[in-house]
Amino acid sequence: MLEGKKIATRESYGNALVELGKVNDRVVVLDADLAGATKTGTFKKAFPERFFDCGIAEGNMAGIAAGLAATGMIPFMSSFAMFAAGRAYEQIRNSIGYPHLNVKIGATHAGISVGEDGATHQCNEDIALMRTIPGMVVISPSDDVEARAAVAAAAEYEGPVYLRFGRLAAPVINDNPDYKFEMGKGIVLKEGKDVTLVATGLMVGYTLEAAEMLEKDGISAKVINIHTIKPLDEELIVSAAKETGKIVTIEEHSIIGGLGGAVCEALSEKYPVPVKRIGVHDEYGQSGPAVELLHHYKLDAEGIYGQIKEFLK
Amino acid sequence: MNELQLKKTANEIRKGIITAVYNAKAGHPGGSLSAAEMFTYLYFEELNVDPANPDDPDRDRFVLSKGHTAPGLYAALAYRGFFPVEDLKTLRHLGSYLQGHPCMQHIPGVDMSSGSLGQGISAAVGMALSAKIRGKDYRTYTLLGDGEIQEGQVWEAAMFAGAKKLDNLVVIVDNNGLQIDGKIEDVNSPYPIDEKFKAFNFHVINIDGHDFGQIAEAFEEARGTKGCPTAIIMKTIKGKGVSYMENQAGWHGKAPNEEEYKIAMEDLEKAGAALC
Repeated sequence: MLEGKKIATRESYGNALVELGKVNDRVVVLDADLAGATKTGTFKKAFPERFFDCGIAEGNMAGIAAGLAATGMIPFMSSFAMFAAGRAYEQIRNSIGYPHLNVKIGATHAGISVGEDGATHQCNEDIALMRTIPGMVVISPSDDVEARAAVAAAAEYEGPVYLRFGRLAAPVINDNPDYKFEMGKGIVLKEGKDVTLVATGLMVGYTLEAAEMLEKDGISAKVINIHTIKPLDEELIVSAAKETGKIVTIEEHSIIGGLGGAVCEALSEKYPVPVKRIGVHDEYGQSGPAVELLHHYKLDAEGIYGQIKEFLK
Repeated sequence: MNELQLKKTANEIRKGIITAVYNAKAGHPGGSLSAAEMFTYLYFEELNVDPANPDDPDRDRFVLSKGHTAPGLYAALAYRGFFPVEDLKTLRHLGSYLQGHPCMQHIPGVDMSSGSLGQGISAAVGMALSAKIRGKDYRTYTLLGDGEIQEGQVWEAAMFAGAKKLDNLVVIVDNNGLQIDGKIEDVNSPYPIDEKFKAFNFHVINIDGHDFGQIAEAFEEARGTKGCPTAIIMKTIKGKGVSYMENQAGWHGKAPNEEEYKIAMEDLEKAGAALC
């Protein structure tokens, strides 16, 4: 089912920025010497007078973004997730989050699917870092359609937003006329009664495949796409827990503090049910082709399927 | 304002600083007092700001990068009419809008939240860049501590400001020579400060930060400087105006007790009387 069009969400980000730039002259894009990789270079080409390369200085880039926002601009600052959320964490927390400034952080190359660059560039901690900042919205789109919609929604929203994009080409799964992006609202992609699979980002496509494999074994899995991790659609998750009694979270992120953490926090207070967190365990990644890494860490369809089967035993 | 009026105002601002920190039982008097003349000149002469319209999009911007000297900024804002002088006594109290470090969301006249050292200058650079993008005439000023410039981010910001030729930006360094752990040259010397900013493509002006004539001339020179940002390095005395606080690192971040408060206010009353 997922053999159609594929596009990396970082490409979607670059394209969406250009669309935004056309309709909103307050949109400014900053990068830290990675414009070719983050795809902000696409915006640079279209609007060179509203693109600023800050060089390899992510903390300063966050501060400049704060100053731009404080004077009425809508800055999108970009780097790899590792350096945007990691290196500039404290600047984002104090210069952007605390004054609730209208800065959008476009973080690409999230998760282990960065591939060959290895552990220093594979950020599996960014969702955890960003969602602890009061007032920060955290969005992890699953495909091209959703990524473009998320960028547009982030620009409309007044306040800081963290957008998580991937390097690896992802299958387009939301290309249907009924698709609607609403910040903070999860999307039910498939109904089921035995277990609910809650996935985000690149993992949504693989999770749909895993759900089909489960179906062949007679296991009926409900699939929810959580594109907004903060604010979390607790209502949808609680109702799914009531319906199916078991939850599995799937993310290309540490199982500590990310989607799995957020879902467990909500369920433990509102409707405790058994939860299996699928993601990167308490370890660093390593070099390798992205697809091989996803297989190694059991984050491809087969790996997700296997882990769910184990959980349901 | 003439020089005498400026001196009198600076003396009142010093009283405001001491009153605020005394009532807070915490805070940073040393670096607030060293920059009292600068705060005074900025808010009573240099900045195009209006207490009746603190959010005017075309106003000049000021970012207190050395955010811990909020008592100095707050006293200047209060005496300039942004909020009641009486409110200075609520500094750092639970529920007060006068937070320990500047908070732009709740304090009239504060253009940027700051306090984590090294970050304010980047925001100021962003504000100056914003004016350039939109062709606006407002100018942006930021005040840094001499210890603060040990932060690497200061030099990231300086590199960008120099490279982008932000001549609508003025970076002021309060060179009072002391930081929490002692003399700046003993802790981790940032000297020579002027040569460093020159190397980052700034026009640099060295002044005595307690001399209004030199402050006025420096700003005049900065306004006339095109094609590069200006750095004003001002030599000051930490704790200036309060006898026992002058040049004492221990008064970086400590409030006076009741007896010390009385002595400080007496010192400032005497200084004020001498100006009459």
